[in-house]
Amino acid sequence: MLQNLTLILPEMILFLGAMGLLMIGAFSKGDATRTVNLGAVAILALAAVTAGSFANNAQATAFSGAFVMDSFAALMKVLTFVATAIAIIMSQGFMKLEKLARFEYAVLLLLAAAGMGMMISANDLIALYMGIELQSLALYVVAAINRDSLRSTEAGLKYFVLGALSSGMLLYGASLIYGFSGSTNFVEIAAAFQPQDGVLPMAQVLGLVFLLAGLAFKISAVPFHMWTPDVYEGAPTSVTAFFASAPKLAGMAIFLRIMMTGFENALVAWQQIIILLAIASMVLGAFAAIGQQNIKRLMAYSSIGHMGFALVGFAAASEAGVASVILYMTLYVVMTLGTFACILSMRQDSGPVERISDLAGLSQTRPFMAFCLAVMMFSLAGIPPMAGFFGKLFVFRAAIDAGLYALSIIGVLASVVGAFYYLRIVKIMYLDAPADEVNEPMPRELSILAGVMTAFTLFFFIYPAPLVELADMAGAVLMQGGLTASGLLQDDVAGH
Amino acid sequence: MIGLTHYLTLAAIIFTIGVFGIFLNRKNVIIILMSIELMLLAVNINLVAFSAYLGDLVGQVFALLVLTVAAGEAAIGLAILVVYFRNRGGIAVEDVSQMKG
Repeated sequence: MLQNLTLILPEMILFLGAMGLLMIGAFSKGDATRTVNLGAVAILALAAVTAGSFANNAQATAFSGAFVMDSFAALMKVLTFVATAIAIIMSQGFMKLEKLARFEYAVLLLLAAAGMGMMISANDLIALYMGIELQSLALYVVAAINRDSLRSTEAGLKYFVLGALSSGMLLYGASLIYGFSGSTNFVEIAAAFQPQDGVLPMAQVLGLVFLLAGLAFKISAVPFHMWTPDVYEGAPTSVTAFFASAPKLAGMAIFLRIMMTGFENALVAWQQIIILLAIASMVLGAFAAIGQQNIKRLMAYSSIGHMGFALVGFAAASEAGVASVILYMTLYVVMTLGTFACILSMRQDSGPVERISDLAGLSQTRPFMAFCLAVMMFSLAGIPPMAGFFGKLFVFRAAIDAGLYALSIIGVLASVVGAFYYLRIVKIMYLDAPADEVNEPMPRELSILAGVMTAFTLFFFIYPAPLVELADMAGAVLMQGGLTASGLLQDDVAGH
Repeated sequence: MIGLTHYLTLAAIIFTIGVFGIFLNRKNVIIILMSIELMLLAVNINLVAFSAYLGDLVGQVFALLVLTVAAGEAAIGLAILVVYFRNRGGIAVEDVSQMKG
């Protein structure tokens, strides 16, 4: 029993912290937004440190194998919680200027982070569903947080309808998988999902496909991406910054875990689907972004494309592949948060501006902001020696080692097409005549964050070893976890 | 004799009606909420049928959790719909199209 509580300590901290902050916000006399925001950042930091303390432990399960904690989960949780904390810090000034400063925002983000923690550690279909729903329900509300804006409420409504549809598909898949394997536990599902003569029984394939569709929705892989551009554009920018970072990381983590542990034997059935998702996401992300005028919409297509690149490493289904996905997602989150720190600074005295043409001549009026954004764009495009290049390098190397040559070639071509619209932004900032649309100074916390992310992206190549080693270790643990997990289940029983 | 297949077929039919209700309905967002409910209930039929067939309680526990979460989901959906209605003055599906491209 005590072991159960130790393993879910990071989530417990987030749940109790969210409840406590809700009370502080509800019962304080004045405006408690600032206090609650600071408290939320502190709680997330504490949860990240607690999760990090599990980094070197062997795989351990709690609650009869429904919850698993290993170095993969620890690494992904630390990244998710830190990304959430950064999203709260970045939102503070923006929400105040937009008159959206409400303490509920930070509380909802804490609950979403707790849901993401549950997702990352899920080792059972029920735990997976509860984690995903806890995260999603908080995110639906956050998308519609600007309740006086038609666009924000419409974003919330669209996100809710399509999110609920995806949850329904995921659940239908889960019910079929439960029925045709006799268990909801990933380890026991893995034992039941054994292809005979290279084919999986039809009913099992059906369940797997529904589950895949639901999960692809959550990471916005094509053809389940249609909500992304609208929600990114309609939601307040600080909310978009959050949507593009932590939930994607958590979604990819649970996607990796369920496929590598629950369906490790059924590779023949899902590898083709992942390859298709990867190709469609990379190509659509590259081509659909070209015509965009709104920078938030552009970032939506950019994130769809990046999910495609991460799925290339996923399709390799090897230790190196999983490690490359972890590395790619980490670098993606850093780049996205850095980019959004710049986008959040795009303001006039009358309010925020979102058109790409508003950035014209930014290098003359706001040289620091233009430099940070340019570095981020080069990195997102995958130009060496920026961090984004190494993410792509590892992903494609894993795919080539796995013999997926066509996928790698299409990926590299899509990356070249994608470079066009990233470099167009650099061209607009550095070569066009100043439009002076962005005339508010960059807020201090945003310039510090943008500076840190830029420095990380720029100098990652000098000392990449620690992060690469962490990703390798987490990937190895995830891939071996499935093989040894039957033994670990017995340990869990003994621990009770 | 009504066996597992009958329940699974029923659930598949209800689930399909739910999915089609979301995509084919051009009138009103409330119908979409009802369709989502239908999908989740189809899943519950599946879970309970499998649970009885396998003689395993986990499916029924899962069904109860799905019911609870579905209630929370409906509450949040209706709340978002109310704020949307205040801004737009209607809940016709065709009107939910401020953003395109």
